[in-house]
Amino acid sequence: MEPLIALRGVTKSWGGAGSPLALAPVDLEIGEGQFVCLCGPSGCGKTTLLNLIAGLESPTSGAVTVRGAAVRGPGPERTVMFQESALFPWLTVQRNVEFPLEMAGVPAAERAVRVERYLKMVHLWRSRDAHPHELSGGMRQRAAMARALVGEPSILLMDEPFAALDAQTRDVLHGELERIWLETRKTVVFVTHNVREAARLGDRVVMMGTRPGRITRDLAVKLSRPREANDQDVTTLAAVIERELKIEIEKVIREELDDAWTPAGGGLPGAAGRDLGGGI
Amino acid sequence: MGFLALLVAIWAVASRSGDSFLFPGPADVALALRDNVRSGLLPRAVGKSLARLAVGYSVSLVVGVALGVALARVRWVKDTLGAVVLGLQAIPSVCWLPLALLWFGLGEMAIQVVVVLGSLLSITLATESAVNTIPPLLVRAARTMGATGPRLWMRVILPAALPGIVSGARLGWTFAWRSLLAGELLFISGGLGQVLELGRELHDMALVLGVMVVIVALGLASDHLLFGRLERRVRRSWGLDRA
Ligand SMILES: Nc1ncnc2c1ncn2[C@@H]1O[C@H](COP(=O)(O)OP(=O)(O)OP(=O)(O)O)[C@@H](O)[C@H]1O
Ligand SMILES: [Mg+2]
Repeated sequence: MEPLIALRGVTKSWGGAGSPLALAPVDLEIGEGQFVCLCGPSGCGKTTLLNLIAGLESPTSGAVTVRGAAVRGPGPERTVMFQESALFPWLTVQRNVEFPLEMAGVPAAERAVRVERYLKMVHLWRSRDAHPHELSGGMRQRAAMARALVGEPSILLMDEPFAALDAQTRDVLHGELERIWLETRKTVVFVTHNVREAARLGDRVVMMGTRPGRITRDLAVKLSRPREANDQDVTTLAAVIERELKIEIEKVIREELDDAWTPAGGGLPGAAGRDLGGGI
Repeated sequence: MGFLALLVAIWAVASRSGDSFLFPGPADVALALRDNVRSGLLPRAVGKSLARLAVGYSVSLVVGVALGVALARVRWVKDTLGAVVLGLQAIPSVCWLPLALLWFGLGEMAIQVVVVLGSLLSITLATESAVNTIPPLLVRAARTMGATGPRLWMRVILPAALPGIVSGARLGWTFAWRSLLAGELLFISGGLGQVLELGRELHDMALVLGVMVVIVALGLASDHLLFGRLERRVRRSWGLDRA
């Protein structure tokens, strides 16, 4: 059977012909209803890969297909959530969530019903008349989640959506996302460089390496749901992913810092520093 | 308000010590204003000037915003008109007057040309920079939600640029007002500028100062009450000002 999303021999280079590949030939198949986490060091092409599926970028070579049809530009069956909420500052929460429905030509009466349902799903109904700048970061991401879900897409693409949030808020939103996913059974592609997040959420963790960007491991996760962030199994899995990624990350750091850096034993050297860019 | 009263008091004292003909005090100016309001000269002039301004400024606003958007988003417009706009902006608006007079003769058209050229380019440049500084993420997000073509423009790009456009419109209003008065002062019949010129011809210093007071009052009122409020409202609901 045809997988829902398929990437075959996909490459991406940002310069002209002959310039280095940001993405080496990538082959990836994602089945309907899967929750796939895409995990890898900074700059390995996670965002690029996600944008290719979203149709925001086009591949230099190879093909991206959804249900067998080549992706040409964005489409209503694929919605995207970014690290920043990307809510429109001039619209209230309610009007923001309504926006994709307006673009899709959904009649006003049905729009109202759908907006209410999804705002309630993310527990933001009471803040519906607020403008984005009046919300906390966590609430903004809830609103962005409602906006991504309201058009009832079959594919939800998420690019480090919780990376800029504090640990507690992120934890709550993980729970919410898992609950919503269990309810709606969307196909989710979730980009993160946080190994715990990947272990907490994914059915499958696809690990990427860099120079050029490529897939290094594809790990099936067989943990029961709902999960907790500090479940023993999640912690163990996170450690496994971390070990795999560490090799790649050391490679990046060695290249970026010339030859002055020697890997220390133990945890992820870049993990804390990597989050610094998150809030920008 | 207290400061304004103090200024008027200083003015009153200063005018005593000088030539009351060349430097009339506030009381004389107030009288001159009263007389000219009663005679209908000032109200007519203000009406005429504001009507002209409304026409010229509307044209500026529409053309300026359209041109600014085109400069920001259409490559060939930028390549051709970009340098022209920057260059023309260096010309003070009154300098268009001789040209406008020769082309359009002594009439409404000439002064409208001066008003439009005086305010258009600042609106254009403000709009261009407002559109250029829209966060690209908003446009990407809009595209993933199916906003393309005219709807992307009307529902996303223009609203996102609105705070900058409003600032440009405010600046453009000031320029339009100045250009108008300069034009009227130099030759065109009717309008506040001409009353100013009339005062000079009649050596009526009180009238000259009176008209200047009216100009300041109208300028402050339109800037604060109209544009200041609009700008604050937009900036607040866009989340650019916290207060
Ligand atoms: N628009 C662009 N133009 C040129 N180069 C780009 C562009 N976007 C990304 N790149 C380059 O492509 C590579 C992959 O970038 P990408 O943003 O996909 O990485 P990432 O895995 O998402 O990184 P991060 O974890 O930091 O978000 C990087 O080397 C980056 O510099
Ligand atoms: Mg990224």
